[in-house]
Amino acid sequence: MTSSVNTGARIGVITFPGTLDDVDAARAVRYTGAEAVPLWHADDSLQGVDAVIVPGGFSYGDYLRAGAISAHATIMRTVIDEARKGLPVLGICNGFQILTEAGLLPGVVMRNSGLKFKCRDQWLRVENTNTVWTSRYEPGAEILVPLKNAEGRYVALPETVAELEGEGRVLFRYVGDQPRQGNPNGSLNDIAGICSADGRVAALMPHPEHAIDALTGPTDDGLGMFLSLVDSLLKV
Amino acid sequence: MARVEVAVVIKSEILDPQGKAILGALGRTGHPGITQVRQGKHFDLEVDDSVTDEELEVIASSLLANPVIETWEIRRLPS
Repeated sequence: MTSSVNTGARIGVITFPGTLDDVDAARAVRYTGAEAVPLWHADDSLQGVDAVIVPGGFSYGDYLRAGAISAHATIMRTVIDEARKGLPVLGICNGFQILTEAGLLPGVVMRNSGLKFKCRDQWLRVENTNTVWTSRYEPGAEILVPLKNAEGRYVALPETVAELEGEGRVLFRYVGDQPRQGNPNGSLNDIAGICSADGRVAALMPHPEHAIDALTGPTDDGLGMFLSLVDSLLKV
Repeated sequence: MARVEVAVVIKSEILDPQGKAILGALGRTGHPGITQVRQGKHFDLEVDDSVTDEELEVIASSLLANPVIETWEIRRLPS
């Protein structure tokens, strides 16, 4: 643990059947000094948390479409209501798929263009550092975090992509030279992560929660997302 | 009771890498005449008499298909 200070912030982490990365997401929360509150997909209460993380994995085995069934889970109705009132929500990997299927973020995340499961440490550029999830990063910062998915190709209508670009809602972009870096999956405009108009609902395919400590990840570059959130909660 | 078929397919303007992989396999297995494959999903629903066409449309558009990337066709079958 890097921090033993209890900041008083309480951050929920949802577990669906088939979720894998809730444990690492909770660990990332604790590294910031905040309390990680486990939330269960079949409950309707968010237990008064200050923010919610929808973690990665293969909820419902990716049946139907990745994230489609979880998007209709009982807890997601509450998450959608509270997100529309300003509750910060972060979707990671399968969480990104769930948030698009739930309509909280535009577009869809589809099968990688090369059909391969991609697993590697991936360079990303932080494109917008004015959100509750990215304020700790320097503008244009490049970070290295793990990426691991078969369905990471971001797709949206051309007008949606233009709107995201125009409003600074592309939060993270894949960078670096092919074949080992750069766009891993055919994502439109190299998009790795996006956010809502107010920046409070955000999602990305790579995994910041796996890069919070050089002992267990490639870097600690991902910790900035969780620290950014806690900063914004303590300021309120 | 009645049977309803819902066919879901990825829109033509959206890249369908699975369809492309199948097309490649068809070319390699002696079927060069196939020029396009788009992979979709097929659902068979058993529905009772209370289920209206409007309800089926809601089911297809909100769960079975994602309107951003897919189109669908609903067909009631004679029981």
